[in-house]
Amino acid sequence: MIPLEYYLAVAGAVFLIGAIGFVVRRNLLIQLMSVELLLNAVNLTLVAFNRARQDDHNGQMFAFFVIAVAAAEAAVGLAIGLAIYRLSRSVRSDEADLLRN
Amino acid sequence: MSGVALAFFGLSALATLVGAVFTVLAVNPIRSAMALLLAIGGTTGLFLGLDAQFLAAIELIVYAGAVVVLFVFVIMLIGPDASPAADSKAGFSRTLGAVVLGLFAVVTGFLLMRVGGGLHPLPPSRPEFGTIDSFGRELFTRGLVPFELTTALFVVAVVGAIAVARGRHRGEERAVEPAVKESAP
Repeated sequence: MIPLEYYLAVAGAVFLIGAIGFVVRRNLLIQLMSVELLLNAVNLTLVAFNRARQDDHNGQMFAFFVIAVAAAEAAVGLAIGLAIYRLSRSVRSDEADLLRN
Repeated sequence: MSGVALAFFGLSALATLVGAVFTVLAVNPIRSAMALLLAIGGTTGLFLGLDAQFLAAIELIVYAGAVVVLFVFVIMLIGPDASPAADSKAGFSRTLGAVVLGLFAVVTGFLLMRVGGGLHPLPPSRPEFGTIDSFGRELFTRGLVPFELTTALFVVAVVGAIAVARGRHRGEERAVEPAVKESAP
């Protein structure tokens, strides 16, 4: 069978890619998609560890709630993105500096 | 059996990684969204390989069916402004952040390899593990309270999203139909 570590390596790689994307990109939409990648990577580790230890479904249950929160996060994040776009006609996150003095 | 499982894992992992890379690299957000779709498809395959059939279905329904479609809708709503000119200004700190993150990952990977301990092959799974029946039974007994609280979260999120996306000056906006110019307070 496939070792647990392979899944963890894939999840770690996806998390790293998503984190770098969130830091480097300045397009608000792509940053939000990077956050989705991060949440997906964490879900993968949760499910993989749950598969390794099958006494209960705690890991899968946690991943289920993470998916639910991710959906809510996408909705609210995109709404904020739309509001910022209407305010400044731009989706670049570095141009959203209304709170700067 | 093992060869097929390994091939399936490799294919799913490849789709996930390629999708993730192109999600981050794409200039046009619509391509980014399509790459995200690929990554989600790969993750679904990985979930299936881990005997999480119910979660694989949920992943497809929620991510591919709802989240990516929402992204595409917003990209279409914003139009050509959704892909602004290249990220060139003041990129130094961001690049530095990315390099530090990469270094951290390399060091972590190296340390994990040093620790060793060998690979842990996954044990054969119980036949009912991860099916809708057993997962749902557990979700609706021990996880019932958080599950019901999720509905409150969704209501709050939807109300908040509508309130934020609609803006504050609803009456004035309808009077000035074409564009929202003076929405800044």
